[in-house]
Amino acid sequence: MTVLRRIAPQLVTLAALVALVTLFFPDFLRIEVVDGRFVGPVMDIAKRGAQVGLLTVGMTLVVATRGIDLSVGTVMAISGAVAAWAITHDVSLAGTLALALTAGAAAGLWNGCLVALVGIQPIVATLILMTSGRGIAQLITEGRILTFSNEGLAFLGSGDLLGIPVPALIWFAAALAIALLMRRTALGLLVEAVGVNRSASALAGVNAAVLLVAVYVASGLCAGLAGIVSAADIRGADANNAGLWLELDAILAVVIGGNSLLGGRFSIAASLIGALIIQTIDTGILLAGFPSEYNLVIKAALVLVILVLQSPNLAHQWRTVGRAARRRREGVPLSAKAQGQ
Amino acid sequence: MRNFLTAVALAAFGASAALSQTALAQTVGFSQIGSESGWRAAETTLTKQQAEERGITLKFSDAQQKQENQIAAIRSFIAQGVDAILLAPVVATGWDSVLKEAKDAEIPVVLLDRQVDSDKSLYLTAVGSDLVHEGEVAGQWLVDHVAGKECRVVELQGTTGSSPAIDRKTGFEKAIAGHDNVKIVRSQTGDFTRAQGKEVMESFLQAEGRGQNICALYAHNDDMAVGAIQAIKEAGLKPGDDILVVSIDGVPDIFKAIAAGEANATVELTPNMAGPAFDALKAYMDDGTVPPKFIQTDSKLYTKADDPEGEYERRKNLGY
Repeated sequence: MTVLRRIAPQLVTLAALVALVTLFFPDFLRIEVVDGRFVGPVMDIAKRGAQVGLLTVGMTLVVATRGIDLSVGTVMAISGAVAAWAITHDVSLAGTLALALTAGAAAGLWNGCLVALVGIQPIVATLILMTSGRGIAQLITEGRILTFSNEGLAFLGSGDLLGIPVPALIWFAAALAIALLMRRTALGLLVEAVGVNRSASALAGVNAAVLLVAVYVASGLCAGLAGIVSAADIRGADANNAGLWLELDAILAVVIGGNSLLGGRFSIAASLIGALIIQTIDTGILLAGFPSEYNLVIKAALVLVILVLQSPNLAHQWRTVGRAARRRREGVPLSAKAQGQ
Repeated sequence: MRNFLTAVALAAFGASAALSQTALAQTVGFSQIGSESGWRAAETTLTKQQAEERGITLKFSDAQQKQENQIAAIRSFIAQGVDAILLAPVVATGWDSVLKEAKDAEIPVVLLDRQVDSDKSLYLTAVGSDLVHEGEVAGQWLVDHVAGKECRVVELQGTTGSSPAIDRKTGFEKAIAGHDNVKIVRSQTGDFTRAQGKEVMESFLQAEGRGQNICALYAHNDDMAVGAIQAIKEAGLKPGDDILVVSIDGVPDIFKAIAAGEANATVELTPNMAGPAFDALKAYMDDGTVPPKFIQTDSKLYTKADDPEGEYERRKNLGY
């Protein structure tokens, strides 16, 4: 119930957005079954949202510790390149996935050590890998698009399980696993504690350094997984373009999800709805058929509207207005309103 | 005189091609932009090959996408006293002074692939492709192929605002103008990448009755076409058959797709800009023939009839 209340603004936004897109593209919500698969714009969004969605899961944790991870788009390129290299060098599918995820985790470990042990500010620490990491990926692919034809790996990007696109399932499973890990144990609380006040939580006995490193490793792992999905999607690793600028979409998703960039309380579910909102905008623009010069303008305008509507100041005023209206309607005295918060 | 010597050399040593060219042994400096794309890597490989075939010593400099590196490289070529300079300029502006230095040193400069906005007298010639013409060749193929039948075309544009995207769109529209049976019904940018090409094609398929209403795809580059072909296959349609696919560039993977019947045609943007450049330089040095200021490379159309397997084999090791 508390979760529902937390994600209500995001859900309302998503619903409004879907209504808006449906105005321009009436078949938006139609889902058909073709060859045992569910097909339709909504399924495309679930599938296409996988990359930003996976990045968002990791990014939410990093942001909750008052950090930021700018390197995730680049880490996608690296892990995709590793996956394509491994599968074309006759490594087994399991080995390939292990190698690619290890690459992602290693990148996260690097970031985490710079932030937690060396004490560099997160935005600077992760900027290093963001700018240089694409070079690493290009070294692995030798500057080409490294293509592969392994059906097992391609399945992760474009296959279906029980009629649902595999990337959507991967995204959902990863989010569920991390959300459960955070909320069914004290881990989430500790992450929030470190984000609110690192030294206070350290004094209270939280091993803040290890926790910080672990959070960046988790972000690296999510990016690694996203990189595998993106390489599997086009059956090739495109070091120049894989994950390009997606770190910004992921940060945006976290913000639309109502999480504060100053750390503390976080909600993975809300962030994921944020990611879905971004993907719905992207896909909606494509379906609506506007000239491509307008793509970014429309996206910017919609994001602006969403963020303004969600801004704390405005929310506060809405609440005041709503409360006043309720009082007038029900004649409730001022003192009885507190539970509503 | 040189021709005479060559003839003597030929007579004396038999028809040895290599020796006939050592008679005009040359050193040419080549300032390349960097390795921004597979196409450029192929251009570098082919320039080196062409130089070797002609017995030219090539001094190669990779500018890593920076103009200052290119200017430094040209100055060093001038200091070394090379016979000619090939330049693939990273940007159009800011070349006046260094080109003038080369001119003062009487070293001819040939521009490859891209143009500069300096005075035309500062360089010998520019070798490049006509992007509008490429679009026209692609459009003309489609018009001829559908032969009067109704054809609804979806277009995957290059990066919005980039000159290849604008010119290739203009050329295609020019070619289909006056053929009312062929019309572009949807057009979106796919940013020249495979991933975007696939994603945008998926939305085209959704929007056009699961692809039933699409007759052909025109992509501004092959990479987007390769991505779109996957999207078409995943939608349960046959690319190349249910939806015709025509694109531009001629990268190895599209020849694989053409061989498999999944793409129909590609217009080659040849990475061999150095060949025509060396020819022009040779003519200029042999007897002073001044080439035109722009040498347009061939925009050749390849279809299934043009041995796509062979073209793939020829290209796969060029570094694309």
